[in-house]
Amino acid sequence: MYEKDGEKYFIVDSHMHYWDASPQNWVPGRENLAKGWIDCFYGYHQLGPPETHWDWEKYCKYSEEDLMHDLFEVGHVDVAIFQSTYLKYWYTNGFNTTERNHTLTEKYPGKFITNGRFDPREGDAGLRQLEADVERYGLKGVKLYTAEWYEDSRGYKLSDPEAYRFLARAQELGIKNVHVHKGPTIWPLDKDAFDVSDVDHAATDFPDLNFIVEHVGLPRIEDFCFMAVQEPNVYAGLSVVIGGLMHARPKFFAKVMGELLFWVGEDRMTFGSDYGIWEPKWQVEGFVDWQMPDDDAFADYPRLTTAGKKKILGLNAAKLYDIPVPPECRLPTSADEQDTPGEQLVTEAAAAGSS
Amino acid sequence: MTAPTTALAEAVWAALGTVRDPEIDEPITDLEFVASCTVSDDGVASVRLRLPTFFCAPNFAWLMVADAHDAVAAVPGVERVDIALEDHFAAATINEGVAARAGFVAAFPGEAQSELDELRMVFLRKAALAGQDRVARPLVDAGATPEELAAMRLGDVPPSPDLDRLRKRREEVGLPHGPDAPLLLHPDGAPVAAEQVPLHLRRARLTRVGIEANGHTCRDLLGKRYAI
Repeated sequence: MYEKDGEKYFIVDSHMHYWDASPQNWVPGRENLAKGWIDCFYGYHQLGPPETHWDWEKYCKYSEEDLMHDLFEVGHVDVAIFQSTYLKYWYTNGFNTTERNHTLTEKYPGKFITNGRFDPREGDAGLRQLEADVERYGLKGVKLYTAEWYEDSRGYKLSDPEAYRFLARAQELGIKNVHVHKGPTIWPLDKDAFDVSDVDHAATDFPDLNFIVEHVGLPRIEDFCFMAVQEPNVYAGLSVVIGGLMHARPKFFAKVMGELLFWVGEDRMTFGSDYGIWEPKWQVEGFVDWQMPDDDAFADYPRLTTAGKKKILGLNAAKLYDIPVPPECRLPTSADEQDTPGEQLVTEAAAAGSS
Repeated sequence: MTAPTTALAEAVWAALGTVRDPEIDEPITDLEFVASCTVSDDGVASVRLRLPTFFCAPNFAWLMVADAHDAVAAVPGVERVDIALEDHFAAATINEGVAARAGFVAAFPGEAQSELDELRMVFLRKAALAGQDRVARPLVDAGATPEELAAMRLGDVPPSPDLDRLRKRREEVGLPHGPDAPLLLHPDGAPVAAEQVPLHLRRARLTRVGIEANGHTCRDLLGKRYAI
């Protein structure tokens, strides 16, 4: 919990990892890919405040003690959600597998939620693995990295028939939340790998699943927002938005937040530190202190209130994952009036006969 | 990199300045994606390109390398182009494919189905939409009404670099771009009715914010990667 100016914030870090990108875990012959991946992450890491930077060796493989300290001792996090990401094409034992992440979930009851994953290209064997994982780890959510390399394929779309088969089975198995993470490659490679129109299709066809689009679709935030405004079961995962922009580009952070508040609304935005890319402490504290700038360029963006910050930092994710929230951290009213100006504008335009 | 000194090197640099990152819609020279550019006495132009990360999308990387190759090859006095992308997972494939004039599908056998014209067009359309915010925003701030904006022609707008840029993008996607063309157009070229103006302008600004936020993040990552 984080307390500031008499307000209590229940913090759910809805996107974090316990990874191993150390050279011992690099697949022989693919060392350049394994190193290139963690170097790319390390670039993002350095967009945070300098005093929070780690050296590269620690960044490749941080310890359990580091993680517990950074999240729970100083990072204000109440519950953290592991978003398992395999990348076995270049990390021998995986980057952060469900199994590895879950060792901490088991060791520290109540602190973590383990999300699993599936890959529709693994066919029947993948489906059986998903069933076993749900049984073993009690999964309520999965993280899908659509740019994962698998054999000769460089990625997949959620709208692929095989992906639908997995989504349907996941839903049958009791999974509620699908965290979608887009990356730079896809099949076929001539398409825009970051395009989120496949999430649009899946969200329409699986209305009882929630689709949390991580890093709010960046670098396609425009497509994401215009899709999310029309799909009530699509959420904006703020990983990378706060970490990558709040310190490095405060003016653009405000613009991106303004667009998200307008199109998606504070009821469908969830905080995620993306640890170990960044530590949660400075993100939580900075976000609570953050205000939409007063100058004219931001005049017609919605404001973010203390209540809105409480929702984004924890209450929204708590709702998605049925996490109990202490009474002193709840909001006084449970009225679920969605305040999404963009939705109103789209509805009005539709009523006026335009699209 | 430091400015070129000879006239031919300057011409090559200027040619590289016509090559844009398709997503960010800015010249690769402004983005500092040109790591080095030299021209030998016998007219061999050597260009090295770099990107913000090892895993930047390979299709956009291909377009930049191929466009840079074509732009430099067209400079009078350049006898041969030696161009290479560095520090990228697909660098070897892209460099060999561009040098062989093979095309994207041939360079990535089994991984791609089409050349990249449609991909490029998707992002030109975004740029043409974002450009409408750049041109219209000052008019909105000055009090222009939706009715006035819906009726406005490009020729009614005061000259500016943003207007020139918008007209160029319109031309590139095959939309009307002359003085009689409407200021506001849907991506498919349909005119924007007065009651559609508020939503249209919101979408245009959203698109611009997205593109510009990407541009900032790419600059920041490149700066960290190469300590510039």
